[in-house]
Amino acid sequence: MAMNKQMTDTIRRVLDDHARLPVDVDTLADDSDLYQAGMTSHASVNVMLALEDAFDVEFPDRLLQRSVFESVDAISSALTELEVRVAG
Amino acid sequence: MPTHPGPESVLGGESSAIVIRVGTDLVCVDAVRDAFEAHGSRYLTRVYTEREVEDCRTGGTVDPERLAARFAAKEATIKLLRGGNASVPWRSIEVRRDPSGWVDLVLSGPAATLAETAGIRDLSLSVSHEGGFASAVVVAELRGDGDE
Repeated sequence: MAMNKQMTDTIRRVLDDHARLPVDVDTLADDSDLYQAGMTSHASVNVMLALEDAFDVEFPDRLLQRSVFESVDAISSALTELEVRVAG
Repeated sequence: MPTHPGPESVLGGESSAIVIRVGTDLVCVDAVRDAFEAHGSRYLTRVYTEREVEDCRTGGTVDPERLAARFAAKEATIKLLRGGNASVPWRSIEVRRDPSGWVDLVLSGPAATLAETAGIRDLSLSVSHEGGFASAVVVAELRGDGDE
């Protein structure tokens, strides 16, 4: 649970720094649609690259799908699939 | 009494009607500049082909306005392909600049597969940038036996 919280916190920090959202990330739920909240397609590229830096992973082509970056939960699921280990 | 042709007639008559799709996108140049500054060459290599980056070089650097126009073209094409949640790597959609200044699209991989499935037989692209934004419009001509 603590690991999930740490991952979620890091994802939210990345979104805050790179998603260019017109709203405060803290006002969005983990399942809120980030595109509906104002994230553009180009901003999702920025988010993807920042997530790769933050978690030391690389998103393969098969995960370059709109749905992968549409919410904190979706990003968390993709990172879990990539077997991200959160430093504790 | 003159008659006004319907849409099919305008495009060649009912028996030879041309079916088209249109995709468009608008990109903020500052967002592209920020992404390049934040992620450097990794941003370029993940999104753009080597040829596209070369086409965007000017004065020893990469012009963010030209990059933004190419990203807009890629997104406009993805909208046009209607791939839903399909994985379409940005590099599978390449913008090629003709020496005369015109731009064309070349699809490969997943983007080419989606285009084939949709029955797309020709693509036309126009890009523009002004006032901090870049835009692209893509028009596709479809075969009659496509998914339209």
